[in-house]
Order: sequence, then C-alpha cells, then structure tokens
Amino acid sequence: MADAPSQRGARPERPLSPHIQIYKPLINMVMSILHRITGAALYIGTLLLVWWLIAAATSPQYFDYVSSWFQTLIGQLIMIGYTWALLHHMLGGLRHFLWDTGRGFDLATIDKLSWATIVLSLAGTVAIWLAVAAKGMF
Amino acid sequence: MSMRTPLKSARNLGSAKEGADHFWKQRVTGVANVFLGLFLVWLIASLIGADHATVKAKLANPLIALSLLALVVSGTIHMRLGMQTIIEDYVQGEFGKVVALMLNTFFAAAIALASIFAVLKISFGA
Repeated sequence: MADAPSQRGARPERPLSPHIQIYKPLINMVMSILHRITGAALYIGTLLLVWWLIAAATSPQYFDYVSSWFQTLIGQLIMIGYTWALLHHMLGGLRHFLWDTGRGFDLATIDKLSWATIVLSLAGTVAIWLAVAAKGMF
Repeated sequence: MSMRTPLKSARNLGSAKEGADHFWKQRVTGVANVFLGLFLVWLIASLIGADHATVKAKLANPLIALSLLALVVSGTIHMRLGMQTIIEDYVQGEFGKVVALMLNTFFAAAIALASIFAVLKISFGA
C-alpha cells in the first residue's frame, strides 16, 4: 500500500462479470426484459389516452380530428401494439404475483410461465382485434 | 453535539415497515390494474370508430367514469413507481438521477390531473 496515495481515484483493474451479450438468451430473461420495455411503452402511451380523453371533453370537431389520427394505419398499429404491451405486462405481473407467494421457482415452471406470457399475450391481442374487426368497427 | 446514534433514524424503517413501501404499492396497484386494464381494453374496443356523442355519453356513465378515474389513479401511481426503478437502474450521475426522478413524478401527476379533469368535465356535463 506504499503507492496508495498516488493511486487514489484511479480505478484498479478488476475482473468484470459477464454482461448480457455473453449469455445465450433464455426465455425467462427475454420476458423479463420485455416486461420492462412494455412497462415503459405503456408509460409513454398514457399520453395517447389523455389526448383521447381531452379530445372527448373538448368539442366534436377536435374529437373527430383526434379520431382520424387513431384511424390511420399507424394509429391502428399503435393501438394493436398498445394492446399487446398491456396484455404482456399484465401477464408478466400475474407471473410475479405467483412468484411473490414463493411458488413456481423451479426451472421447468419458470420456462412454462415465460412461454405462456408471450403466447397468451399475442393470442389475446389477435383475439381482441379480430373481435373488433368482426364487429365492423375497424 | 448530538448524543443520538444513527440507529434512531433507521429504526422502524426496516423491511417490514416503510422499506417495503415501494414494493407493496407496486403490488396493490398492480392487482387493481389487472381489472382496470382489462376494463380499458373493453372500453376502447367498444368505442372504436364511435362518434363524439356516443363516446361522451358512454364516458359520462357513472360506473364507467369511476372505473376510468380508478384506472388513472392506480395506473399513474404504478407507472411512476416502475419508471422510478428504471431510472434508479440506468441513470448514473446523482444530479441527473434526481432530475429524472422529479420529471417522472411531474409526468405521472400531469397525466393523472389531465385525465381526471377530462373525465370529470364530461361527467359533469361540459
């Protein structure tokens, strides 16, 4: 430690733990990352809900203007994406509720729950928008 | 000079008390959001392509308005806590972190207030 004062502030070379690009992506890891990404997307997406509510509270003209945005191809893709993000985040949350009780921690169950999250969220999104389309509202 | 030990300020803040505050609020609002989120999906899906009068009449329904208000309150608390965790994980500098956490709170509050204002305006007959 004779050279300690001169080394103060300098970072010693320490071994680094492997970062995510080292690991082969596992389904539970991908679902964990998607849970955070969908959460952030839902956060930003609340702006759209507020915009729609404000439009409904403002005037028929402004509401029609906002509606026309949601009826564009991009608007519809955003709404479908938002539906998927909501379902995915919700199913991920349910998975966490199960884990909160101390259950479902063996690897086989974790894999099944992770696959169920992505499969059910996609299936649910398709089902909801097919139902909307079938009613002729889309 | 104070004779008090740091223990005083740590006592009662352990894992069973306010230390779990963030975790517990996230879970409680999360449970509420399961139901309120499904309600939102149903509401939006049933109003796709509807005209202004129809939308206004539906949002003015007390049950729908109350559910929307519950969603807004529970949802903005939940998303503020979630974004707080993201910020704490990724923003390195102390100054940037504090600013980001503050903006997060402002954003969640603005979303909540604007939504509540709109729902109440429709409900009370704007």
